[in-house]
Amino acid sequence: MINFLLKGLFRDRSRSLFPFLIVAAGVMLTVFLHAWLSGALSSMIQSTAHYRTGHVCVMTKAYSEKADQVPNDLALLAIDTLVMSLRQRYTDLFWTPRISFGGLLDIPDEKGETKEQSPVSGIGVNLLSADSPEWKMLNIRPALVRGQLPSQHGELLIAEELARKLHVQPGQKATLITSTMYGSMAYFNFTIAGTVRFGVGPMDRSAIIADLADMQQAMDMQQGAGEIVGFFKDDLYHEERANAIARDFNVANLKPSDKFSPIMGTLRTVSGLADYLDYVGSFSGIILTIFVVAMSIVLWNAGLTGSLRRYGEIGLRLAIGEETGHVYRSMMVESLMIGIAGSMAGTAIGVAIAYYLQVHGFDIGSMMKNSTMMISDVIRAQVEPFTFVIGFLPGILATFLGAAISGIGIYKRQTSQLFKELET
Amino acid sequence: MAPRTHSTTPETKNSTLIRTENLDKIYPLGLNTLKALNHVNLSISKGEFLGLVGPSGSGKTTLLNIIGSLDSPTSGSAEVLGRKIESLSHNDAARLRNKHIGFIFQTYNLLPVYTVFENVEFPLLLLGIDSSLRKIRVMDALEWVGLADRADSKPAQLSGGQSQRVAIARAIVKRPELVLADEPTANLDAENSHHIMKTMQQLNKDLATTFVFATHDEKVIGYVRRKISLVDGRIEKDEKQPRR
Ligand SMILES: Nc1ncnc2c1ncn2[C@@H]1O[C@H](COP(=O)(O)OP(=O)(O)OP(=O)(O)O)[C@@H](O)[C@H]1O
Ligand SMILES: [Mg+2]
Repeated sequence: MINFLLKGLFRDRSRSLFPFLIVAAGVMLTVFLHAWLSGALSSMIQSTAHYRTGHVCVMTKAYSEKADQVPNDLALLAIDTLVMSLRQRYTDLFWTPRISFGGLLDIPDEKGETKEQSPVSGIGVNLLSADSPEWKMLNIRPALVRGQLPSQHGELLIAEELARKLHVQPGQKATLITSTMYGSMAYFNFTIAGTVRFGVGPMDRSAIIADLADMQQAMDMQQGAGEIVGFFKDDLYHEERANAIARDFNVANLKPSDKFSPIMGTLRTVSGLADYLDYVGSFSGIILTIFVVAMSIVLWNAGLTGSLRRYGEIGLRLAIGEETGHVYRSMMVESLMIGIAGSMAGTAIGVAIAYYLQVHGFDIGSMMKNSTMMISDVIRAQVEPFTFVIGFLPGILATFLGAAISGIGIYKRQTSQLFKELET
Repeated sequence: MAPRTHSTTPETKNSTLIRTENLDKIYPLGLNTLKALNHVNLSISKGEFLGLVGPSGSGKTTLLNIIGSLDSPTSGSAEVLGRKIESLSHNDAARLRNKHIGFIFQTYNLLPVYTVFENVEFPLLLLGIDSSLRKIRVMDALEWVGLADRADSKPAQLSGGQSQRVAIARAIVKRPELVLADEPTANLDAENSHHIMKTMQQLNKDLATTFVFATHDEKVIGYVRRKISLVDGRIEKDEKQPRR
């Protein structure tokens, strides 16, 4: 019987090819979209973690409340003991202090007069010890375009794009004009060691990377840092573990009455990504639902025209004694076969496209020219085990629903009318 | 063209296959009702070759419907192959049709995507008969109707007469006790009509299959051995005719 149905399916293209193509197309889009969103999302999470907040982040309570203004007057002090205790207590993370700062970078001419000037946003990180996790987290070595890596105090890395704008070369001097943590003007002379390109829009437009100790000196914040960031050693953001660690830390250290007491936040809470992540999550859910509904309607319609075309066949089958339920079930089996075949084809194509974009990436840099989102210019889709499964949900559900609804007509057929219906 | 096997011999010729008693079929018609069958008392024996004749609207199709368990009577009873049609469930009725009754329609209703062979094979698939036996039976049936050489053709490649012969093969392939045909020649020319009727006559003779026709067609009436005339849902005449 299955053979018989299959033969009919293959020979009657309008009954197989059309629904097959719809399912395959819908499934392909679902699969691709899912892989693309997960790729974009994890890229965004990774960039945000690496360049801004870490997977978890310790700040003073007051700093955390205004973190977007980088209020270094509220920075953590005596960080060495804090970093030490973090390293001891939470061993599956790297811990490293950072100072984020804003300021003006001034490029002098030979006489010491200002030649070029530009606002910059910088981070002071531990650059001078070889075992610093920053090398890996900030991806510094591969990002180097010109010059060399900083090897001593007073050296600075500058974004390649910014360097071109300021017409500076590695080896030239630059003066950072910023403010100390006590609010007075601060000047600090750097030598530009090299230029870097991170492939993340906001970093490439205005970032400088200085050594933490230099920044502490420049900003008059000995033993101080705006943030201590923690990275899981596998470089993946584990939301639940991050929450647990933050909870554990805050129970032990947070004194609500003291605005300078340290508080730990997670990537999700600190970055302001929380809403965004939720939004993307529900967005994917909504898209999936729309696919299922739209595809079901199209397939229901295809099923309806199909059963109109097959009115005679169904009538005949009922007349020669096939039970109604059997006819209905055979329609469902047919649709299931199409659903499975379409889902497999759609998944294969979707995964193939996603995989291509995982390997080659897709450059969205030009679209993100003015974005402050910490998202990589080259987005890569991300194929995960779930990518292979997710398409089957809309693929099979939609064909099944479509057939189930359009097939109800079979039950409405009255055998007493069959002779007359089959005469015309 | 003669069947290879004689599973049934016409020895049971006088046993009753169909019996109706005071059979009524009433349709609602607006505020009134319409009596499509009016106290039909009828007994049909195994092996008969019988025609229901009468003017349009006289109730031929309605009666065929009830005998074929596609519809049930309003009152009275219809017993077909020992089963009371009025008390059959939907699925019991389907099973009765599936196993014991073959249908032939005015339009042949072959399934266009399947070959002649597959069209004839379909009722056997429903009965769950295995493939080697199916093949023998289908080829037998196609031989009976003279279309063994067209087994691989598609319905679209056949003439009307050939299509109707395929439909006959499909009705007969499961060797049902009873074949019901509503206006089987209505779409055929004279020559094909005669061909069809001869084919069915032969099957009636060789397999002892009972045939009941509903028809206006004088050519069909010429072949039947018993002619029951319906007028306004009543049996008006019930005549035996000589074999031609
Ligand atoms: N479903 C129905 N609802 C209402 N009336 C019906 C229905 N089916 C048949 N009738 C009526 O019952 C009567 C008998 O119809 P039937 O189809 O049995 O006639 P028939 O002898 O087969 O006619 P024809 O030779 O034109 O096919 C007709 O008057 C018809 O209008
Ligand atoms: Mg009729």
